[in-house]
Amino acid sequence: MNPADLQALLPILIVAGGALLVMLVLSFKRSQTLSSLLTLLSLAAALASIPMAMSADADRIAPLLVIDSFGFFYQGLMLILTMVVTIFAHSYLEKFRMERGEFYILLLLSLVGAIALAQASHFVSLFLGIELLSVSLYIMVGYIFTRAKAIEAAVKYLFLAAVTSAFLLFGMALIYARLGSMDFITIAHLLREHPLDDPYLLAGSVLMFVGIGFKLSVVPFHQWTPDIYQGAPAPVTGYLATVSKIAVMAVTLRFFYSMDLHQQPGIAAALTLIAAASMLVGNLLALFQDNVKRLLAYSSIAHIGYILVAFIAGGERGPEAVTFYLSIYSLALLAAFGVIAYLSPSDRDSDTIDHYRGLFWSRPWIAVAFSIALFSLIGLPLTAGFMGKLFLVSAGIQAEEWLLVIWLAANSAIGLYYYLRIVIAMYQTSDDPQSEDSTAPPFALIIGTVIGLLVLSIVWFGLHPESLNLWIRALSTQP
Amino acid sequence: MTLATLIALPFAGGLLCWLTARYSVAACRWIALLALGIGLAWTLAYWNHGSGPDGWILEEKISWIPSLGIHFQLSLDGLSLLLIALTFFLGLLSVLISWHSIHERVGFFHFNLLWILAGTVGVFLATDLFLFFFFWEMMVLPMFLLIGIWGHANRNYAAVKFFLFTQASGLLLLVAIVGLAFAHQQQTGQLTFDYNQLLGSQLQPLAEFWLMLGFFIAFAVKLPAFPFHTWLADAHSEAPTAGSVILAGILLKTGGYGLLRFVLPLFPDASETIAPYAVLMGVIGILYGALLAFAQTDLKRLIAYTSVSHMGFILLGVFAWNEVSQQGTVIQMIAHGLSTGALFILAGFIYERIHTRDLDQMGGFRTLAPRLAAFALFFAMASLGLPGTGNFIGEFLILLGTFREHMVLTTLAATGLVAAAVYSLWIVQKVFHGKPGKTQSLPDLNRMETLILTLLLLGLVGLGLYPRPVLDVAAGPLEALRTPVYVTAVETALKEDAP
Repeated sequence: MNPADLQALLPILIVAGGALLVMLVLSFKRSQTLSSLLTLLSLAAALASIPMAMSADADRIAPLLVIDSFGFFYQGLMLILTMVVTIFAHSYLEKFRMERGEFYILLLLSLVGAIALAQASHFVSLFLGIELLSVSLYIMVGYIFTRAKAIEAAVKYLFLAAVTSAFLLFGMALIYARLGSMDFITIAHLLREHPLDDPYLLAGSVLMFVGIGFKLSVVPFHQWTPDIYQGAPAPVTGYLATVSKIAVMAVTLRFFYSMDLHQQPGIAAALTLIAAASMLVGNLLALFQDNVKRLLAYSSIAHIGYILVAFIAGGERGPEAVTFYLSIYSLALLAAFGVIAYLSPSDRDSDTIDHYRGLFWSRPWIAVAFSIALFSLIGLPLTAGFMGKLFLVSAGIQAEEWLLVIWLAANSAIGLYYYLRIVIAMYQTSDDPQSEDSTAPPFALIIGTVIGLLVLSIVWFGLHPESLNLWIRALSTQP
Repeated sequence: MTLATLIALPFAGGLLCWLTARYSVAACRWIALLALGIGLAWTLAYWNHGSGPDGWILEEKISWIPSLGIHFQLSLDGLSLLLIALTFFLGLLSVLISWHSIHERVGFFHFNLLWILAGTVGVFLATDLFLFFFFWEMMVLPMFLLIGIWGHANRNYAAVKFFLFTQASGLLLLVAIVGLAFAHQQQTGQLTFDYNQLLGSQLQPLAEFWLMLGFFIAFAVKLPAFPFHTWLADAHSEAPTAGSVILAGILLKTGGYGLLRFVLPLFPDASETIAPYAVLMGVIGILYGALLAFAQTDLKRLIAYTSVSHMGFILLGVFAWNEVSQQGTVIQMIAHGLSTGALFILAGFIYERIHTRDLDQMGGFRTLAPRLAAFALFFAMASLGLPGTGNFIGEFLILLGTFREHMVLTTLAATGLVAAAVYSLWIVQKVFHGKPGKTQSLPDLNRMETLILTLLLLGLVGLGLYPRPVLDVAAGPLEALRTPVYVTAVETALKEDAP
C-alpha cells in the first residue's frame, strides 16, 4: 500500500476514524449533541476528501477495492444521506432518557461497510462490507429497546440477515470452488470460458442472489421489510431504506455489469420475473396498509422493482437511470422519514394515516414538504421522481423491454392510490383535536430546514434533472 | 411578452394568491382576476397576427434535458390560440363565480385554480412531446385537490377516481411518447422530442399502431370517449362549481386538442385504420351519454352526462378527417365549453340557494326566479343545439362533414340531437316548471351572476350568428394538421424549384 492508495481510501479512513473519535470522546464526556456534531464533522470531512481521493493516482487497491468515479459518486451520495440521518436522529433521540451517544458509533461503523461496498470488487470485501453494514444495523433497529416492537424487529432482522449471509457465503464458496477466484475481474474472465449452466456456478449464483435479494428486499425475499421498517425508529428506517439499499445496489451493479450477468438469458429471465413480481406484490400489499411506515416498506419493494427494469435493460442508459432513480428516490424517502421523525412523540412513531389527518391545516409547511416527497415517490411533474421515471422508461424502451415498461406503468398507477390516501388525509379537515396534540420536536428549526433542503433538491432536480444527470453520465466504472 | 410568460402568469399568480390570502382575501381574488385578464388580453391581441413560414404565430425553444434531446419548446398557432383564449375566459368566470361561494381556504383554492389553468395553457402551447406530457400531468394534481378539498360529500372517491383514470392513461402516454422518440432515433439517429421533427417519422405499421393507441387512449380518457367516461360523472358532480366549469370547459378540450394535434398528424396511417372504430365510439358516446343523462336525478350528474354526449361529436368530427368536420370540432369545443360551463354555473347558483342537486326537490322555480329561469332556458336550448347558438354550428358542421364518410353512423349520431332535446327540456321542465316543491322562496340572480351568464350568452350567440372569425383563425392550422408532412415537404421543394 502506497501513499496514493491511502489517499484514494480517505473517505473510508475518515469515517472509520470518526467512529473511533466519537467512541473516545464518549468515554470522557457523555453528550448527545457533541457526539452527533463530531459525527457530522467526520462525515463532512469524508465528503470533502472525495475530490482529493479522486485525484489520487490509484485505480485499484488490489485485490479488494477498485477506485473509480462510480464508487465515489455512490460514496458521496451515502455520506450526504447519512448526514441527514444524523441530524434527524439527533432530534429524534433527544426525546428519550437513555444513553444515546453510542448510536453514532454504530451509524458510522455501518457506513464504513456501506461505502466500502461501493468500491468492492472482491467476494471478501463484498462480504465484509455487507456484514459491517448489517451488524451495526441489528442494534440500531432495536436501539429504542423500551418499545416492544423494536426488539421484535431487531431479532427478526438479526435472524434473517444471518441466514441470508450464510446463503451469500455458500454461494461464494461454490463459485470459488469451481473458478478458483474471488475477484470480480478474474471471475468475469473465467466466465467467458465456463458455461454458466455448470451446476456449481448455477447454484452459487442463485445462492448469492438470494443473499443480495434479501438486502434489496425484492420478491420473494421481502417478508422482513414491513416489520423492520415499522419497528425501527424512524431515522434508522430512513437509513435502512436508503443508504443500506444504495450500498447493496452499487455493489450489485458492479458485480453484474462487470461480468454481463444481466445479459445471460437465464439470469435475465429470473431478474425479469423478480422485477415484475416485486412491482406487483409491493404495490398490492401497500394498498391495504394503514400504517405509513409499513406502507413505505411495501412501496420500497415496488420501487426496487422499477429500478430493476433499467437494471435489466442495461445498455448505455440502464445504469445511469438506476443511479439517478436511486438518488432521487432516496432524497424523497428520507424527506418522508424526516417528516415522520419530526411528528413523532416520544412514546411511539406517528405512523398511522390518522396521525396525518388535517395536517395541512394545522402545520402547512411540514404537510407541503411531506406532500412533495410523496408526489416525487408517485412521480408527478415538478418533482424529481417524474424525471426518474422518465429515465427508467427511456432505458427500458431503448432496450425494447416493452412488456416490463408497460408493467411498470400499470403498477405506478396502483402505486398512486396508496400515496394519495396519505395526501388526502393531510388535506382533509379534521374535527379531531388529536392531531393538534403533537408539539414541535427538539431542534425543530434545524430538522425543518434539513427537510426543506431535501424537498427543494427534489423540486430542483425535477425542474433541472441534467444538473444531476450530467454527473451521473460522466461516471465511469473501473473493471 | 413571450409564450413562456403566458404560462408563468397564472403560475406566479397562483403562488401570489396563496401568499396574499393570509392578509387579504380580496387581494387574492383580484390578483387572480388580473393575471387571467392580462393573459386573455394578450392572447386576443394575437388574433389576427400573421403566422410564420412554418405555420406558427410564435415559437420559442430552449434546451432543457439535452441528454434525452428534450427542449422547452412552445409554439402558438390559431388552434391553440382559440383554446387558450377559452381557457383564460372560463378561468376569469371561475374566479368570479367563486367570489361569493368559496370562503374557506381561499388562497389555496385560487392557487389550485390558477395552476390548473397554467398547466392547460402549457398543454395547448407545448410542441416538445415531453414538455407536453409534463404539462398534461401538471394540470391533474391541482384539479385533484380542488375536487378533494372543496368538493361535495362524496369528494374523496370522485377525486381519487379522476386521478387514477387520468394518471393511468397518462403513463401509457409517456410510454408511447418515449417509444415514438426512440423509434425516430432508430430511423434518423437523432433522439428528439420535437413535434416538428417527429412529424416526419416513418414507422413500422405495427409500431405505429401501438404507439398511436397509447396516445389515443390517453386522449380518449380525457375527452372522455365511451368506454372511458365513468370518471366524469363523479368528478363533475362532486367538484365545486368552478371546478366543474374548468373540467367541462377546458380539461375535456385537451383530449380533443390532443387528437387533432398529435394523433392524426403523427400517426396518419394508424389513425386511418382506427378511424371507423373511433367514429363508432363517438356515436355510442353520443347516444349512451344522452340516455344516461335522461336517467339522472342529480342535476350536476345530468349535465355531466350531456358532456359525454357532446364530446362524442368531437370524436366524430376529428376522425371524419375533413375540413368541414374539423372546423365543426373546433366550434363545438368552444361552444360546449361555454354552454356546459353555463349550465354548471346555473347548477351552482341553484345549489347555493337550496343546497341540493336533487331534481326531485326542485320545481316551479320559474315563478320564484324568473331571470334564472330565462337564462336556464337559453342555455338548455343551446345545449340541444338550437340554431343561432354556437352549438348548432358545431354539431351541424360535424354531421355535415361526417355524412360523406360514414353515412349510417352519422344518421345514428343525428338522432342524438333528438335525445339532446329530450334531456335539455327535461331539465327545464323539472326545475323551472311544475308546482313549487318545498322551496318557497328563491332569490333571483344578483348583478354579478347576471353579468357572468350574460357574458356566456353573448359568446354563444356570437359564435352562432357569426362564426367566421373563429373559422378563419382555425382554418390554417387545421389544414396543416390534415396535410401529411411529406406532402408539405414536396410542395415546398416544388415552390423552391419553380423560379
